[in-house]
Parts: sequence; structure tokens; C-alpha cells
Amino acid sequence: MPDQKERDPMQKYVCEICGYVYDPEVGDPDSDIPAGTSFDDLPDDWTCPICGATKESFVPED
Amino acid sequence: MKPVEIKKDVYWIGAVDWNRRNFHGYSVAPMGTTYNNYLIMDEKVTLVDTVAEEFWGTLQCNLANVLGDRKIDYIVVNHLEPDHSGCLAKVVEKYKPEKIYTSPMGQKAMEAHFHYKDWPVEVVPTGSEINIGKRTLTFVETRMLHWPDAMLTYCPEEKIAFTNDAFGQNWATSERWADEVDRAKLEELMRFYYANIVLPYSPVVLKTLAALKEMNLEFDMICPDHGLMFRGDDCAWAMEKYQQYAEQKPKNRAVIIYDTMWHSTEKMAKAVAAGLADEGVSVRLMSMKSNHHSEVMLEVFDAAAVIVGSPTHNNGILPLMADMLTYMKGLRPQNKIGSAIGSFGWSGECVKVLTQWLEDMSMEVVEPVKTKFVPDHDAMEKCYEQGKAIAAAVKAKLG
Ligand SMILES: Cc1cc2nc3c(=O)[nH]c(=O)nc-3n(C[C@H](O)[C@H](O)[C@H](O)COP(=O)(O)O)c2cc1C
Ligand SMILES: [Fe+2]
Ligand SMILES: [Fe+2]
Repeated sequence: MPDQKERDPMQKYVCEICGYVYDPEVGDPDSDIPAGTSFDDLPDDWTCPICGATKESFVPED
Repeated sequence: MKPVEIKKDVYWIGAVDWNRRNFHGYSVAPMGTTYNNYLIMDEKVTLVDTVAEEFWGTLQCNLANVLGDRKIDYIVVNHLEPDHSGCLAKVVEKYKPEKIYTSPMGQKAMEAHFHYKDWPVEVVPTGSEINIGKRTLTFVETRMLHWPDAMLTYCPEEKIAFTNDAFGQNWATSERWADEVDRAKLEELMRFYYANIVLPYSPVVLKTLAALKEMNLEFDMICPDHGLMFRGDDCAWAMEKYQQYAEQKPKNRAVIIYDTMWHSTEKMAKAVAAGLADEGVSVRLMSMKSNHHSEVMLEVFDAAAVIVGSPTHNNGILPLMADMLTYMKGLRPQNKIGSAIGSFGWSGECVKVLTQWLEDMSMEVVEPVKTKFVPDHDAMEKCYEQGKAIAAAVKAKLG
């Protein structure tokens, strides 16, 4: 596992509950998250736009 | 109803819930419902889903009728919600199946529902295949449509898809096939089901339909777990409907949803309706005192504009409107124009609170109107003009 600093800001994250993929290149326009926002930079209260799960339910997509 | 052989050795063995009017506590079901499940008599006798617990008696009769002296070897669990898994524990106990197949999320949900220790559960992720004799069954995860555990089971030899809640409708009938009933009624009930249950997961519906297309599956029967089944050309019809629903293209329609204490907000609502109608937008006025939130949702689903009205009540809005807005927001309708109206007496928070809800649903907001106490001619004129302004926004949206 690369440490915090080396993490790719463009890494996609997938929701383990519903399979939604957060893509930093797209952001989450419906929640006013602009394109280019890395997963780490999403606000703590951001939730999955499909199932409403919190950030903890997301894992890096491989 | 007795078991129905839908293809050689494949049976519908569901239960018809004629008297059901309250569906799972959040939606009405004016025509009742059915819990469909299926039994495949192959080398391995396979049961697809069960029924609600209160129909255990019916299920036992149906099983005995088809099984004769054979037993159930496999159970496929497409969705763990109790209307389809309500008899699962009893079936497992009575028939001691060799295997219980479920999706990856299904296994977790099954543990959390039944707290079993020694059930022979096996996870079948998308693409896995099991052999039951002459037939195979393959599985497609439909995660979050509408629960995390949902999957569909496809039998390539018979070209049958068992789709669980997808494509369902709440309709208790003696007929089993979509081609045997009134099509308009069927479509309305399918839309009702979609608007109240599947709607928030429309992106998943689009993804699933695309995936099915990609897999080049042929469909001779689509067998949902509620209501009528589809066969022949109706399979494509059902999928086309779901495609349309999921796209959520607004129609030239508006719905005005309101509650009122002394009828001032109601008067305003009627003036807005007149403005919309005069501009050629079809409009439905729905009082929360006369309509259930699920009935309102059916109208919201198709409408281009949603106007919400409430007087100011204890610095907020009336509770029936709060119920409606909570319910609507949860179902995440897309592509709507919104506006608010309300009468107030002194502090006048109504339209501010209502507008916040509309913004939270990402609606395109048209200027609200509020009136102190009883609307006079000028206030009614303002509401009429608001109706016309909303109609103009609708026209612009529909292009
Ligand atoms: C239509 C519907 C929507 C649901 N939405 C959620 C949800 O967003 N998040 C969640 O954690 N559970 C959700 N659930 C699952 C219920 O919370 C769960 O089934 C719960 O055990 C029901 O409790 P009850 O038996 O008291 O009704 C939903 C269930 C249904 C039927
Ligand atoms: Fe369900
Ligand atoms: Fe169901």
C-alpha cells in the first residue's frame, strides 16, 4: 500500500454497498463536487449518490 | 391460485394477496399484490425465492402439489426482503436443501436476517453458472435495484429471467400473464411501483439494461416477483418501459401538492393551476389530506413541474407536507422545475422552508408566492401569473 502522500489523487473509489464508482475526473456534480476533486478531498459528510453510504464504505478500485 | 406450469417443468407457485392495500408500510397498493416464486423440476429441484411469511400455508400446498414425493435440492434467493424471503427459514428447515444460492451482498443480508449457523449458503457472483440437470442457471447481480443484495437469475435453455422486484407491479389477479390483462392498467401499476420503489436507483436500472444488452441474452419470459409475468414480445415491452422510466424525461405536466388549514393556500393553489392550464400544461391538484404520498409520487414522476404549498405552521410547514417532502426527496426525482406557495399570518417561513426542500432536490426553482392570511384579488392574480411563469419554464425545458 502506498502511503498517504503517494496516493494517486485520480484514484477511483468504489462503494462496497452499491457499486457506484467515484471518479475524480468527473466529481459529483449533483452534490456540487467539481471535477478534479480527489476522493480524499471529498467532504467528510459526502455520501454515495446511489445508496447514501458514507465515505467509509468506499474502497480504492483496482 | 394453483401452481401454473409456465414452461415444461417450470412452475409459478406464488401467492395472491387480494386484500393487501398497504404495501410494506410506505406505499398504497389499491389492487392488492402477489408474491411470485418459481419451482423448476429438474434433476436438482430448484426453488426461486419464497413468499411472505403469512402465506406459508399457500406455499406448502403449492410445493406439495408440484413436488409430489420429491424434495427441494436448491434454493435461489434473488432478494432478501421479507416479502420474498419470509418463508425461507421454514423451507430450509422442512426441506433441508443441499444449497442456497445468493449474491455476495445477499450472504451478508441473509446472516443479518436469519442469524443462521449451518445453512449451506453459496455465493454466486455475476457470471457464475450452476447446473441443475437439463438446465443451467446464471446470475446477474443487480446490486441496489432496489436493495444491495438483489440479483436476477437467468435460465438460458428456457430463456427465462427471474427478476425479483424489477419489472414488478402490485396487482392481485387471477391472470398470470401481462397479455391477459388491460395494458393501460398494467402500465400504470408498473409505473406506480417504479415511482415509489425503484426510482432512486434509476442510474442502476440504466446500467443493468445496458449490461443485459451487452450480454446478448435472449428473453422469452420475464418473471418478476410481484404481479403479472411477461412472455414473448412483452419482454421487450417491459424493458423498454424500464428504459423510459429510468431516463426520467419530463412530460408536459405539473402537479401541485399542498396542505391547508383555512383554505388560503388552497385558493392560491387553484389560481396557480389555472395559470398553468391556460398555458396548456396539464395540471393535477393534490391535497395531502385526500392523497397518499405514494399516489402523489406517481404524478411527480411524470411531471415537469412540482409546486408545493403549505401555510406557515409553528414557524415551519404542515406535517403532511413534511411527510410528502421527506418521502419525495428520498426517491430522488430528477429533471424537475419546482416552485412554492403559501399563506402565512405573522412570521411567514412557509415558502422559505418549501424552497429549501426543492433546492435540496436540485430542482430548477421558479420564484415563490406567499400571501398574508386570505388572498385578495391581487394575490390571486400573482398566483395565476406564477402558474404562467412555471408553464413558460416547462415549455423551455421540454424544448
Ligand atoms: C424501500 C426501502 C428502502 C430502504 N432504504 C434503506 C436505506 O436507505 N438504508 C438502509 O440502511 N436501509 C434501508 N432499508 C432497509 C430497512 O431499513 C431494513 O429492511 C430494516 O430492517 C427494516 O426495519 P423494520 O422491520 O423495522 O421495518 C430500506 C428498506 C426498504 C423496504
Ligand atoms: Fe424488495
Ligand atoms: Fe418485493
